[in-house]
Amino acid sequence: MAEAAQTKVVHAMFDDDHRLLEAAKNLVAKGVKIKDVYSPFPIHGLDPIIGVKRTRMAIVSFMFGMTGLSLALLGMWYFMIYDWPMNIGGKPSFSLIENLPAFIPVTFEFTVLCAAHGMAITYMLRNGTLPGMPAVNPDPRTTDDKFVMEITNAQNPQMDVEELGGMLKSEGAVEINQKSLTDR
Amino acid sequence: MNFVFSNRAKIISFVLIAIGVIALVTGIFTVSSDRIWSNLLINGFYFMGISLGALFFYALSFATETAWAVTLRRVMEGVFSFIPAAAAVLIIVFIGATMHWNHIYHWMDEATVSKYVAESTIDSEHPTYFKDKAAAQKAEEAGETVVLNEAHYDELIANKTAYLNTPFFWIRTIIYIAAFIIFARWFRKRSLKEDETGDVGLHFKGYQRGALFLVIFAVFSSTMSWDWIMSIDTHWFSTLFGWYVFSGMWVSAMNIIAVLSLYLISKGYLKEINSSHIHDLGKWIFALSFLWTYLWFSQFMLIWYSNIPEEVTYFVLRIEEYRVPFFGMMLINFIVPMVFLMSRDAKRNPRFLIFVGTIVFIGHFLDTYMLVTPGVHFEHWEFGFVEIGMFMGFTGLFINRVLAALTKAPLVPKESPYLEESLHHSI
Repeated sequence: MAEAAQTKVVHAMFDDDHRLLEAAKNLVAKGVKIKDVYSPFPIHGLDPIIGVKRTRMAIVSFMFGMTGLSLALLGMWYFMIYDWPMNIGGKPSFSLIENLPAFIPVTFEFTVLCAAHGMAITYMLRNGTLPGMPAVNPDPRTTDDKFVMEITNAQNPQMDVEELGGMLKSEGAVEINQKSLTDR
Repeated sequence: MNFVFSNRAKIISFVLIAIGVIALVTGIFTVSSDRIWSNLLINGFYFMGISLGALFFYALSFATETAWAVTLRRVMEGVFSFIPAAAAVLIIVFIGATMHWNHIYHWMDEATVSKYVAESTIDSEHPTYFKDKAAAQKAEEAGETVVLNEAHYDELIANKTAYLNTPFFWIRTIIYIAAFIIFARWFRKRSLKEDETGDVGLHFKGYQRGALFLVIFAVFSSTMSWDWIMSIDTHWFSTLFGWYVFSGMWVSAMNIIAVLSLYLISKGYLKEINSSHIHDLGKWIFALSFLWTYLWFSQFMLIWYSNIPEEVTYFVLRIEEYRVPFFGMMLINFIVPMVFLMSRDAKRNPRFLIFVGTIVFIGHFLDTYMLVTPGVHFEHWEFGFVEIGMFMGFTGLFINRVLAALTKAPLVPKESPYLEESLHHSI
């Protein structure tokens, strides 16, 4: 396999989130593309710097909510009006619209249920963090008190890996690891 | 930087006040006096609610040590500076009710709660009533002929006299208003003093008083709405009523705070407010509209479902006689904020917020209108120039007083332990 087909990944470890934020700013200003940052907690203001797009979770949540709303109304129309009209407390039993107030609480709850579960499952699926999925973070210490910045040479063809390492060191990285991944 | 009340704003507010005065004067000569009185109550209570909502949120932000809202404190102080003016309007209405100039609170009529009446006074303007048999007998011994008062006696109201009687009503009203004014003045004084001294002790005092106010307001917001609003429909009762009215106050207040801040920003003030503050205000309007709808619906659905005659009459009247404003105001107060403020970008967009703010401002006025009017006028209601004009007049008065109050201090506090955090608010 040729040397050029290999992807080299640089993992620069930081022990302070502000330091990392500054480093990211400076590196991006110098034209380095940062692939990702692994952190034990969300770092405010980092997303726009490293070019992470805004989450589309809100749209997903809306769609799940609408699904829940329609399913709940459809279900109750079928159970309570169409299939087996039920007379509860003398309330109109042959019309969905006239009986709507009684169905609103269930509809509301089912909307929330669908939106919440849908969001949680989508989030975990998209992040690859469903139970049983293999962990993708490069270093277990990023779940404790360290921060890792991931830079690949495939995204930065203009940079030498050694040069990049030097830059990261001068920005305050406490540890730099290189990994070679075989390009598939 | 201090706010300068521009001539343009002054003229607009005076034009609105003039429209209100015209509406009031033409109303006095053309429509029933009860319609004028009920409009005074509606507007007084609505703007009282806005000011109290601002005071509540102010206290809440102290008690929860909310940092982001620090830069908005002066705006809130401006809004709750209207409490005395609104209270004065309410007190005029209550004096009118006590003197029987208006019949908004029909439990104030002694005929409804007294079993006996002196025969010689029946045809007079103010007959002499006797609450119970003992009092009647005493009068008979003194040579008065006492007869049963059956035509107007109302047992349901008579059973409520332990709470609903005019002296106790006045005691409560004065306690509420005094408490609100004292707290409002104290918070304002504390805020101005903090600007001068920067004393952190003042911040912690605000924290304590804020928590104290929340406790007091938790009780007063409920009992106040029972006394001033729910007692109009004297037979009817709802334990959820206080929360419902309170949620309406709160959302109207957040709405006014947001619109007022946007106005100030558009005039080049409040540079310290960034889009994250605006976003948070948008979230409050969005969330509180849901809270309000939730409480509206909770009250409606339980009464609709159980269908108990003494409860359901309240909604039967509103649905049969006020169908369009009743459901209309519910829908606009719910649907408009929901649809227009759902996305993040909309909450950060001043145009969207002002559009929604205007609709919600009118929508919650209609809500207050629906709280009062059906109980006073039953099916004989009209919505015309008097209502719209007086609402505009009060809006003008509110704008005038609030903007005048804003000129008196810098628009952003100079000192607060949380000021720095608020200036860098970012979400």
